[in-house]
Amino acid sequence: MTTPLLGLVLAGGRSTRMQRDKAAIEYRDGQTQLAAAVEALRPHVTKVFVSVREDQRTEPTRRHFDQIVDQVAASGPIAGIASAQAVAPNAAWWILACDLPFLDHATLANLAARRDPDRDATAYRSSHDGLPEPLCAVYEPRTRDALAAYIAAGRHCPRKFLLRANTLLLDPPNPRALDNANTTDDYWQAMSTLNPQLAVSQREIRVQYFAILREQAGRREEVITTQARTPRELYDELRGSHSFTLTADSLRVAINGDFADWSRPLSTNDAVVFIPPVAGG
Amino acid sequence: MTAFSFSAEPINIASLNASLRDVTCGGFVSFEGWVRDHNEGQRVTALEYEAFEALALAEGQRVIAEAQQRFGVENARCVHRVGALGLEEVAVWVGVSAPHRDEAFRACRYIIDEVKHRLPIWKKEHYANGDSGWVNCERCAVHAHDHASVA
Repeated sequence: MTTPLLGLVLAGGRSTRMQRDKAAIEYRDGQTQLAAAVEALRPHVTKVFVSVREDQRTEPTRRHFDQIVDQVAASGPIAGIASAQAVAPNAAWWILACDLPFLDHATLANLAARRDPDRDATAYRSSHDGLPEPLCAVYEPRTRDALAAYIAAGRHCPRKFLLRANTLLLDPPNPRALDNANTTDDYWQAMSTLNPQLAVSQREIRVQYFAILREQAGRREEVITTQARTPRELYDELRGSHSFTLTADSLRVAINGDFADWSRPLSTNDAVVFIPPVAGG
Repeated sequence: MTAFSFSAEPINIASLNASLRDVTCGGFVSFEGWVRDHNEGQRVTALEYEAFEALALAEGQRVIAEAQQRFGVENARCVHRVGALGLEEVAVWVGVSAPHRDEAFRACRYIIDEVKHRLPIWKKEHYANGDSGWVNCERCAVHAHDHASVA
């Protein structure tokens, strides 16, 4: 009998250093990192689940996915791994972090092809320190008792768990593919690598103003030549030049006619509208 | 006519009512938001509505589609005024007809609540003392969650 292979994308982190929810960040194509990770993993496994904490179940980025809620009293990603193994003890689990902006098809396809079900786990060797990368790895069902015992002993590091286990370590086809982005600096580096249009130092943006912003700007629209990379940076720049009283926190933003994320990369000729607090009705 | 629209002229309620008549429907519910003569302790003399119409139209259609799906109603429309309005004018109109009253009431309530909170429409009030202000954007930002000067 073949062991089923299930996927688990980890999205239960607190994103403290990033200062915003990493799962919700859109690096490419207006798709959240979480959705991108789920889609990337889907062809390689029978079914993909998303690992969440109890208080994240209805959160908009996560609520549309099949979820496994942390049941295990442990902190960090190991709680998600153990919870998945408790839900489907006879399955192998492909664990994947959601904060890998450079993750590519070759990396996943290579792991799928070279996974060895006779070992405890199959993982990549980190291109930085040579240690196992525990958050893009397949954990075979036989690791379940050992992992539970490891947690019961008060240990929480999945990397050390894989070091002690009979883990097959693969060399990554793309050494950057598993670099994670944890800080706002990491975010900008990843953004500019993945979105070459951000490397252009100046872009022309058409800005339309409504209501209080129209009155304070003294115009309905203008074309701005700006170094701003995102609508948030653009608003901060315009707030200075037009003495807008509203802060970005009280606004929403639309790009090319639809609501957009404040960190969406701007391209030249984008049409941007900042939306003050609404008062229809 | 689309399910959600703007009007720069007074809303023709009789023709809207007629457009929702349907022999399969046993209930019709409508809501009118009126221009009131006071808000937040100030005497209001007139209003102006301004909209980012392209996005508001798209979002308005989405709101009505959501109401239709959620409550199983087919006939639902909403018209919102733009431009200058005097006291007692109808600023927004919502109508729903449905086989039974319960879904008509609920869909109508859903549409007006979502339209108020989601559509890029702004209201400037003119006061008896000569002042004016954009509602939710000035002087009263802390109460932005709980404005109900018209609807």
